[in-house]
Amino acid sequence: MSSADFYREIILDYYRNPRNFGRMEKFDIDARDTNPLCGDEIDMQIRVGEGQKIEEIKFTGKGCAISQASASMLTELAKGKELKWVRSLTKEDIFKMLGNPDLGPSRVKCALLGMKVLKVGVYGYLGGHYEDTDMPNSP
Amino acid sequence: MESEAVDVERLRADFPILSRRVHGKRLVYLDNAATTQKPQVVIDSLVRFYTSYNSNVHRSVHTLGEEATAAYEGSRKKTAEFVGVQARDLVFVRGTTEATNLVKFAWGEKNVKKGDLILATTMEHHSNIVPWQQLAKRNGATLKYVGLNPDGTLDLGSYETLLKDAPRLVTLTHCSNVLGTINDVAKLCSMAKNAGATTLVDGAQSVPHMPVDVRAVGSDFYAFSGHKMLGPTGIGALVARKDLLEEMDPFQTGGEMIREVFDERSTWNDVPYKFEAGTVNIADAIGLGEAVVYLRSIGMGRVRDHEMKLLDYAIKELTAVKGFKLYGPENVRVRAGVVSFNYADVHPHDLATILDEEGIAIRSGHHCAQPLMRWLDVAATSRASFHVYNSYDDIDALKAGILKAGGIFKI
Repeated sequence: MSSADFYREIILDYYRNPRNFGRMEKFDIDARDTNPLCGDEIDMQIRVGEGQKIEEIKFTGKGCAISQASASMLTELAKGKELKWVRSLTKEDIFKMLGNPDLGPSRVKCALLGMKVLKVGVYGYLGGHYEDTDMPNSP
Repeated sequence: MESEAVDVERLRADFPILSRRVHGKRLVYLDNAATTQKPQVVIDSLVRFYTSYNSNVHRSVHTLGEEATAAYEGSRKKTAEFVGVQARDLVFVRGTTEATNLVKFAWGEKNVKKGDLILATTMEHHSNIVPWQQLAKRNGATLKYVGLNPDGTLDLGSYETLLKDAPRLVTLTHCSNVLGTINDVAKLCSMAKNAGATTLVDGAQSVPHMPVDVRAVGSDFYAFSGHKMLGPTGIGALVARKDLLEEMDPFQTGGEMIREVFDERSTWNDVPYKFEAGTVNIADAIGLGEAVVYLRSIGMGRVRDHEMKLLDYAIKELTAVKGFKLYGPENVRVRAGVVSFNYADVHPHDLATILDEEGIAIRSGHHCAQPLMRWLDVAATSRASFHVYNSYDDIDALKAGILKAGGIFKI
């Protein structure tokens, strides 16, 4: 799809009206990361409920439409899921969520920043460490 | 201006890449502050070197070695003359970043002491900030920044105040890679000199775009990059007075830069060779010499005139677009062909993606100038930057692309 279709259909609404945007008073997970190429920033907070489920999830951030919309859509997708679901999440899932846009390698990092922050936060909470092999950072 | 205008259509034919298509569209290359395209003569000079006289320099007495040495040293002479100095005053380096690092290691570590002040400006590129941060940290010196006026020119009041603290080094850009601001470096260096400071000027965005006479600038050090002036990547120059270079410690050590090596100690080669350790970047140095010959054939005054006309047209056309915000001075006399901007709430990376689909290449991001981004109070900007092969058509295409993004983002 052309970028015109991509921005029109999916991204723009989430960029201008991000869902689950904001901070929580009570939370169990708080993770943050930036994309040095663009200066995109994402911070995600999660409150963990019964059965290790994502009871509440919010994000704040600034940056390009792709990074912000992708993070916002991901919070909608993640809400109510078990934490271990985050482990199974792949970049293909994110591309599918975004409608499989044709993104160049540099913009892929924008699209995946939200997932990276989610994984860093949840892996840490579950006592692990997220090894970011897909997204080598470049300045 | 009096000189005859450049014939852009004829010049464009010298750059093979400009005839390629991107996403089915004509390539509109407006990312010249990042790197410029190369004319065929520069590309040919690299091929000629590797196909007919590839050899190491300054050591081999065979024919190929003699030819390679003559071409390498010939390029040093051409490049030095291009900026108004003698060949012995020019050290070949990888680029401006290596030049500032060379000065930091070879001059700074010995001469900047605890309690000393280093002065930079808010409009510096990271390559003229980070080495001095590291030096300040290591030697216990302080790094301060000369502020800017609201229009993006240097605040002379701030400069005069800071000069009263007798800085050891004043390091500043000739031309901002974001704002396009052209600093009056001759005046600024003279003021610094009166305050007792050593001076370094970053010429990465000036030498490629306007006539520069380093002697007239009067700085102790002057640095620039080849790839931003139609030359190859991996080659650039540090210009400095011979006596200053002679006083300095070596930067890197090893082959080529020595005179004699004993078991316990070594003596150094003459300048500038003392600063060119190891096998040098012969092919690209030769390519830079070709780029200089090409630029001289156009004339740097005409290059500057052309870019100034483009800049004037771009500022008029683009500032008429609703939501377009220009950064830096609007007076084209003190601005190089760099247009940094933001457009409504369209993030620069989204804009760059949409423009790319139209075959238009601009830069988006922080432009390796994060302190300046903080001063502008933005995370990023979009930047269109020109060289002599750009045309009014390119600016029209940019404007149409911005309006297209406006349509998509419902501005």
